[in-house]
Amino acid sequence: MLSRVAERVYWMARYLERAENTARLINVYSNLLLDLPRGTKVGWHTLIDIAGANREFNASGKSTDERSIVRFLIAESNGVSLLSVLSMVRENARTTREIIPAEAFEQINDIYLFIRENSSGQISRSARNKLLEEIIVYCQQLTGLLAGCLSHNHVHRFIRIGRNLERADMTTRIVDVGSGNLLPDLDLDGTSDGDPTDPYQDMLWMSVLRSLSAYQMYRQNVRDRVNAEDVVKFLLQDPEFPRAVNYCLHQVEDCIGELSEHKAAIRQVRRALRKTRQADIPQLLSKGLFKYLDEMQVEIADIHDQIATTWFLPPN
Amino acid sequence: MRVDWKSYNPGNFFDETISSPGYARKHARHLVSYLRSLKPGELNARKQAAILAIKTMGISFTVYSDAGNIDREWPFDIIPRIIPNKEWQTTSKGLEQRVRALNHFINDVYNAQKVFKDKIVPKDLILDSENFRKECLGIKPAFGTWAHICGTDLIRDKDGLFYVLEDNLRVPSGVSYMLENRTVTKRVFPELFENYDIQPVTDYPSKLFDTLAAISPRRLKYPEVVVLTPGIYNSAYFEHSFLAQRMGAELVEGGDLVVQDDCVYMRTIDGLSRVDVIYRRIDDLFLDPDVFIKDSVLGVKGLMQAWIKGNVGLANAPGAGVADDKIVYTYVPKLIKYYLDEDPILPNVPSYICSDKKQRQHVLKNLDKLVVKPANESGGYGMLMGPQASRREREEFARRIKANPRNYMAQPLISLSTAPILGDRNAEPRHVDLRPFILQARDSYVTPGGLTRVAMVKGSYVVNSSQGGGSKDTWIVNV
Repeated sequence: MLSRVAERVYWMARYLERAENTARLINVYSNLLLDLPRGTKVGWHTLIDIAGANREFNASGKSTDERSIVRFLIAESNGVSLLSVLSMVRENARTTREIIPAEAFEQINDIYLFIRENSSGQISRSARNKLLEEIIVYCQQLTGLLAGCLSHNHVHRFIRIGRNLERADMTTRIVDVGSGNLLPDLDLDGTSDGDPTDPYQDMLWMSVLRSLSAYQMYRQNVRDRVNAEDVVKFLLQDPEFPRAVNYCLHQVEDCIGELSEHKAAIRQVRRALRKTRQADIPQLLSKGLFKYLDEMQVEIADIHDQIATTWFLPPN
Repeated sequence: MRVDWKSYNPGNFFDETISSPGYARKHARHLVSYLRSLKPGELNARKQAAILAIKTMGISFTVYSDAGNIDREWPFDIIPRIIPNKEWQTTSKGLEQRVRALNHFINDVYNAQKVFKDKIVPKDLILDSENFRKECLGIKPAFGTWAHICGTDLIRDKDGLFYVLEDNLRVPSGVSYMLENRTVTKRVFPELFENYDIQPVTDYPSKLFDTLAAISPRRLKYPEVVVLTPGIYNSAYFEHSFLAQRMGAELVEGGDLVVQDDCVYMRTIDGLSRVDVIYRRIDDLFLDPDVFIKDSVLGVKGLMQAWIKGNVGLANAPGAGVADDKIVYTYVPKLIKYYLDEDPILPNVPSYICSDKKQRQHVLKNLDKLVVKPANESGGYGMLMGPQASRREREEFARRIKANPRNYMAQPLISLSTAPILGDRNAEPRHVDLRPFILQARDSYVTPGGLTRVAMVKGSYVVNSSQGGGSKDTWIVNV
């Protein structure tokens, strides 16, 4: 397999995952805000923080009202919007078209045309909801298609690596939302010893779970009412939930193990896994979760760097 | 809309489908009556289905413009063009003959140069050609083949006969569209296939792979064949990717390849891996920065040396373009006689060479009646359509011809035959040409049919997709 191809399918998978996550995030966040008491001053800007798009957003000079932020995240050519991310999925797929299944390319092309046609002009709240849900379905179909039609070879491995690294990264960002750091106006400390009857705290953690399609699995696994400690534990450390950081990193480890020259990369993944497993959640919830998640994001970035050094084309 | 054949009138031109208004040619009878039988809504629904299929399948090409490069959907007309097999057999033989002679010629130019000594072609004319590569002198590629893949443009004049308009020996494109056109037609008009015995085109990629594998320096059962593309911004990127996919070959860019000890390798996730044959879709001058354009980032350092040493096969061979020149074109009938001792099966369009004083004067005097073409441009760029040009354009061309006569040739404005396209209200006649593809190495292969290109604008002769041309599926049928 060509190094360049490895790199492009990896990015294709990452962008695809990012598109799905972005769509989920906007949707869940919109729903959450509908549940909050009127007059609560909640910043839509939080979405920009989660997307890690502060630099791009500030450069755009947009105001931070709902309409501007949502437009920024859905429809503008800025490198982070759904439109941009999906066009990058398509560009990467176009340059590797000869190796991905033809149906998968057609699907990618369809998603891209769909967002392009639906992102011009005004997007009302109800149209937005529908648009985002369709994007999520499209992305999931594509993930299924790739699992079902592509031989489980190196191409498939690089796709899985990209997808799981992106997932792990996004999960850490979304946990950040729940931890309250990103909703300072609500004055939620997010600790498990807070007032258990505080309806907004529950709601916040439920939204976090929903944004990762994790609510149902959480209930089946944890059985207790939704609370900060169990949610964070579940999302970071669960060995079976496909969006838990622990699970994602294990997937990456498995795939990398099948590649040649994998020692350095495996070492990097195991370091991140250790950090996930050893996290003392109650302790972190009272202090330092934000910093911890930041460090996890750096670990994940380091895994990417090691993968790039080992298998991708050397920069010119 | 319903197709009304009585009001379909191609006028003075040879039409591919009807012999006179209301009367279908024998091979087109089913097609004509089938189209007539479709109810108004149905025709339009098929047209929309084709547009959608092309969009979804991502069949596109890139147009260069001032506003940047635009990736456009492939323009396609759903009515197929039909050619009877009997006629095609002769045409096909003529194409094979032509490319065989051209390969003899190229091999001769870079080796014995008998053609100059025997005064068949003036030596200066060739050695001054922009596409002559002195670096290739003395090289003998496998089977003496330099042009492994050739796209020859044919047109039909008013007399209904095929003429060769030009040979494309460098990096001819269009074959993927020929294949995709068939796929789309099958989706849109499956019923039509029941009434016709149509020669399939789908084995082109395997024939191409066999041709390429035949020139592998290593005798392997499955040599490593790669397609070298300039990248996604090239107008034919879709085709590069398509052919790689259909051949099961790697699609590589210059940065993927590296030359070590005069052998070519590609960078893979398992380290370097040897490459045997490169189907290169980049021009000669970008192939190797050591030999040609120094700052080319599309090519591979040391590639020419690896080829000269016989460690890698290149298709088409560098320097093959020397016979792609529109001036050399005028000599092809003579070359067929000279190398093969055969009479040319396919005629050329009569042509005037501007480097010849007498012919040049004729051209300059008749600029308003002639089409003037530069020797080395492709895609229809840099041409003068005399009868339609303004006086100023003609004067400009006269100046250019006088300044550089070697670079121009002229032809009378020949008619292009017409074929029906589905217009807004009825089938309408539009001018078409035909580009079949010829493969040659150990064996020869000619595509049954080829890519029919259509000038979508009424009365226009410009069929190039870069300038608003469309295309049609082309059927070779037994009748």
